[in-house]
Order: sequence, then structure tokens, then C-alpha cells
Amino acid sequence: MDETVAEYIRRTVLKIPRDEIKVMLQKWGFLSEAQLQTLNFHQIKDNISQEVVQLCEENSADIKQAAALDIIYNHIYQNKRMWSVYQMRKSGEELEYFDITDFKKKFKRRLRSALKNVTITFKEYEDNAIWIRVAWGTPYKKPNQYKPSYVVYHSQTPYVFISASVLKSNLPLLCQALIVASNYHDIREMELRSHSLNSLKDIVFKRYSQNFQTYSPKPLQGRNVEPENADIRIVQENRNEKERIHRLNQEVFGSGPQPKLEFAQYKLETMFKSDPKMDVLDKKEPFRCLVKFSSPHLLESLKSLAPAGMADAPLSPLLTCIPHKARNYFKIREKKGLFPESFVSP
Amino acid sequence: HLATSLPLPSERDHLRPRIDLIVFMIDIKSKYSLKNVETSLAHVDASFFLGKVCFLVTGVGRVNACSIEMNAVCKLGEAYCSPVLFCELELEGIRAATAQRLVRMLQICAGHIPGVSALSFVSLMRNSDDD
Repeated sequence: MDETVAEYIRRTVLKIPRDEIKVMLQKWGFLSEAQLQTLNFHQIKDNISQEVVQLCEENSADIKQAAALDIIYNHIYQNKRMWSVYQMRKSGEELEYFDITDFKKKFKRRLRSALKNVTITFKEYEDNAIWIRVAWGTPYKKPNQYKPSYVVYHSQTPYVFISASVLKSNLPLLCQALIVASNYHDIREMELRSHSLNSLKDIVFKRYSQNFQTYSPKPLQGRNVEPENADIRIVQENRNEKERIHRLNQEVFGSGPQPKLEFAQYKLETMFKSDPKMDVLDKKEPFRCLVKFSSPHLLESLKSLAPAGMADAPLSPLLTCIPHKARNYFKIREKKGLFPESFVSP
Repeated sequence: HLATSLPLPSERDHLRPRIDLIVFMIDIKSKYSLKNVETSLAHVDASFFLGKVCFLVTGVGRVNACSIEMNAVCKLGEAYCSPVLFCELELEGIRAATAQRLVRMLQICAGHIPGVSALSFVSLMRNSDDD
């Protein structure tokens, strides 16, 4: 077995938490049950990984199997990576039948014709997700297995989720191969990024609980805004206001869990407006400013701002439009005409 | 009665009993909380400041999360001739003790304790340096 393959397998196993190693090796399926029985999972990880490499040696593992193990690891720990969303467009309206073998063949052929040294691995999952792992090399060097790119493609949708490797120069090539293989004619990057792959899917596939405008002239009866207020001696003076905020929040955010995003970024390209007498950049050039909101769970924290009394309800549409517009990167330009801000339409 | 700010919503005026004591709660972790109290103070009738107002500063257990200067709070108490109490709501013992103190003050303000009136609070607050 190749030295580099052995080392790669060893390092991949080391990444896995000790309690998960057995399960992951079983999922991998490359080592037999009998072989797995011989492994002692109660020793330190260093030793476990050495033993795994030994067994792989016996089975003559090559880079293909090693890559498969890596995909399995990254599928389970997908939230460690940063994912970007891309949208593909078709020229015609024909719904072509999707053939997975054809897709794989075309993808590999397109990539390999441009770059000989690549490792391409596919894995399909039950939710119709096709995971693709690509390790990139150069015309003179073998692929770097430690910096691969991952692509998740749901064949029934025009969306692709990419976790690019640090080697960003390969991105155009990757995109090209994707559109050729999937019979689309165009691909563009959406301004939507997050660590939570499932939340990105929820947003673009519209799987989160959306608010459907129903005509509701009065707040619904019997809704308990403050469940812990069982003592009738406590009188809430601002109950009406609290209920108004709660209702507005429900309308904007819906009642289900929000998709998980870690940040929203607003790039301002507006003019600084000051008292003309102050003569500070007054309407001379755009005031360059970047506003970034970070949170372990941005949308849930936005949802709790008004009820917590930290912001007025309704919140700014710039914040609340994030899931509907499927973007968390915005460019804000100058007022034009009647509308407050214009977004960049990509 | 709990309210988030003053003035109180007028639609509930007819449901409200006489107000004997106003406790302004200031969360030491929130500058906004202090600001809110300062703006609400402007809506309080002057007669309340004869012992029927007190400031309650909460969250004092978390020293490293202070957003408000102690000076500012004490000055506020002096400016409005009202006592400032400190407590930590997250500790049950202190919570109970503070509640008992407030109830005692309320009894006095409501006139339930013969011989002691709310005006006593004002005189108790005089700095010994003044003499």
C-alpha cells in the first residue's frame, strides 16, 4: 500500500472521536466485521489508527477507499466546514431525466480533460444528495488529499452546495464540470454561506416554517404569551404591547425553528449624511463600511430581540428578509427614487 | 403591577388601584436599562419622590458583566432623593431577602405601619457629612 495512502488513512482516523471510530469504520465497509473485531477501541487513538492502517495494508487499500472514508467523515461532521450555495440555470424548459451514471461520467471526463491529477469520489445518500469529493493536483504534482473540495448536489434541484478547499483557483473548473455533467448552462454563486449545511438546504428548498399571510384581525384568543405568570396578583401593564410584539414576530419569523446561520454581512456603499456645515465627507464619496452580525444562531437571536425588549418590533426588513431572499451577504447602495435601499441583484 | 416603561398605558387607567411604591429596576448589565429608567422618571409625579420611589439594581453578582457605573446609579438616587437597593436575582436567598425589604417598604408607604411614614425614608438618606 502506498505510503501516502497509509498516512492519509491514519490522519483521517485520528480526526474521528474515539467513540465514533467503530461506527464509522462499519459505515465505510472496507474492513470486514472479523477484522473490526480484532481492533481494541479502548486504547489511545494513536494506537487505534496504527492498527487500522495495518488492517488496510492487509486489504491493500488505495486512495479511492481512503477518499471514501474521508467523505463519510465529512458527511457526518459536515457542520465543521463552511458551505456556499450555488444556483444553476437551464437554457430550455425541458425536464431531462437525470441519470446518475451519466452525470458521474461527464463530470469526471470534464475535470480530467482539464487537469490530469485529480482524485474524484462520489457517494450517494438516501435524501437524494450526491456527495462529490475532489482532491486537486497540478500537471506536475499528485493531488493534495488534505485540501479537497466537497460538493453536495440534489439532482432534482438546481442547487449545489460547495465547500471549497483553500485552493480557490480550482473553483471555476469545478463549476464548469458541474454544469456540463448536470446539463445546465449557467451557474452563479448565491450570497448565502453558513456552516450548517442542513440549514442552507432548508432555506433554498424552503423547508423552514414560513409565514403564510392569513387575515387575522385580532390576536388569537387564549394564547399565553407569558406562561410563567401563573400568579393572578401580578398584573402586566404592557400586555397589549407584548402581545403585539409576539404577533408581529410570529408573522415575520413563523412559529417553527429557524435555519441556522452564523452571520449576516452588510456592505454599505452609501453616502455619509452629515450636517453640511460639518464638512465631513458630506456627499463627496461613499462611506465604506461593513456591518457584520455574528451569532451561534443568528435568526433565533433576531427573533428574540423584540420580545427581550432590545429592539423595536417590527425589525428592519434588512434583517428579516434573510431566509426569504436566501442570502446573508448584502450590498446596500444609495436611495434611488422611493425605495429605501436597493440590493445588488446578482 | 409590572411595566416595561412609563408612562403606563392609559387604556388600563380605570383598572389600576392607588400606587404606593414605584420600584425602578436597573439591570447592571444593560445600559439601555438605565436609560429607560431615566426617561421613565420624567413621567412620575413629584409627590412620589417623598419616599415612594426606590431604585433596585439587579445583577450585581456578575461583576465582570457590569455595563453601568455605580457612580451613575448612586447619583441618580441622590438626585431623586430615593434609596438605592442592590440585589442579585439569580440567588434565591438574596431574592427572598430583597423581596421582604420591598414588602416592608411597601407596608410603610401604604400607611399600614402606624407611626412610620414614607417620609422617613427621605430623612434616612441624608448623608452624615451634611451635618
